[in-house]
Amino acid sequence: MDDSKLFELRIITPERVFYEGQVSMVEFNTTEGEIGIYKGHIPTTVIIDPGVLTITEPEQLKNAALLSGFAQILPDEVTILAEIVEWPFEIDEERAERAKERAEERLAQKGDNLDVARANIALKKAICRLEALK
Amino acid sequence: MASMRDIKRRKAGVQSTQQITKAMKLVSTVKLQRAKVRALQSKTYFSCMYDTVVSLLAKAGNLDVPYTQKQESPRKAIILLTSNRGLAGGYNSNVVKLITQGDFKKEELDIYAIGRKGREVMERRGYTIKADFSELADEFEYADAIKVCNQILKAYDDKEVGEIYLAYTNFKNTVSQTPTLLKLLPVLPEEHEIENDGLLMNFEPQDEEALKMIIPKYMTSLLHGALIEALASENGARMQAMDNATNNAQEMIDSLTLLYNRARQGSITQELTEIIAGAEAIS
Repeated sequence: MDDSKLFELRIITPERVFYEGQVSMVEFNTTEGEIGIYKGHIPTTVIIDPGVLTITEPEQLKNAALLSGFAQILPDEVTILAEIVEWPFEIDEERAERAKERAEERLAQKGDNLDVARANIALKKAICRLEALK
Repeated sequence: MASMRDIKRRKAGVQSTQQITKAMKLVSTVKLQRAKVRALQSKTYFSCMYDTVVSLLAKAGNLDVPYTQKQESPRKAIILLTSNRGLAGGYNSNVVKLITQGDFKKEELDIYAIGRKGREVMERRGYTIKADFSELADEFEYADAIKVCNQILKAYDDKEVGEIYLAYTNFKNTVSQTPTLLKLLPVLPEEHEIENDGLLMNFEPQDEEALKMIIPKYMTSLLHGALIEALASENGARMQAMDNATNNAQEMIDSLTLLYNRARQGSITQELTEIIAGAEAIS
């Protein structure tokens, strides 16, 4: 891989620095849709929607579940400020599975509006966690 | 002069108190170390967050978002961070003083207390305690900060309060902690030093939407940072207080030892005089 195509990616959570390294591409989900970023992107700040984060390192691909936060994109540097982000090995599959079922049940019952919105978010998060495990 | 037995008992009492203060000092030293590490790790997140918000505000001068405009409601919400336990020197009373001696009107304040000590004082003084999250003062995660923030933001969105403040103790270093009052909302662009580095940042979604989503996150990160700093400060303050107490106890023990020896010497002298006097009387 040509080094000139690499850029600096930093993923920071309130508790720790989650990831730091040189990558060639990063993909994640935003409120405006899924995006993939190469080096030389126009300066942009985007809000994150729950989804799978894919980091393309020169040697390998890395996946993680990115659930909430926002990202600051500069031509040669991307900083993701993530409120919740998890590596696949940190995800409890059973728990995510249960959360998914619970959310689906609640959606099926159709309670008042607030509950529906919350269940929707919970369902999104659970699905995203399960997908990151694959 | 007090009897030998009295002095001895007193000394034993001071000694056992000293053992307690010594142990408490050691415990808070360990806790302080842990809190310091945590504070260091969370600093990166906060400074990145701050940079983003500032660059957003630089563009947001004319935007119609309630978070960046003065509000009509005269009520003010204050998040008060204190400790759940005492014996930390002036730690709690210094934070409380920020509010009681600041230029706030008692009737206009809603207190959101995190920490039992602060809540008790404010209750006694007749302030309105809107909510109490004291269980978070010792153990909290980022999710807890989100929960608290959402509740207070709701009051702001419903126009119950017009301003939100945060009163906590800033951790400078182990020996120096400063009580700090911070305004969380509204974030007025004119109150921040905005450097425009010529870099034009785009926002997706549009500026207004982005601001609406990012400011709550900014507030949460401030609260989370403050919780961490307050925890470090509490343990720093307690460590110092307990160190002083241990030293004072040592001083007391020293002077009691001196008194005890004097009393002992006095009683021996007295006994001798009595024996000699008795012997002389017989002969």
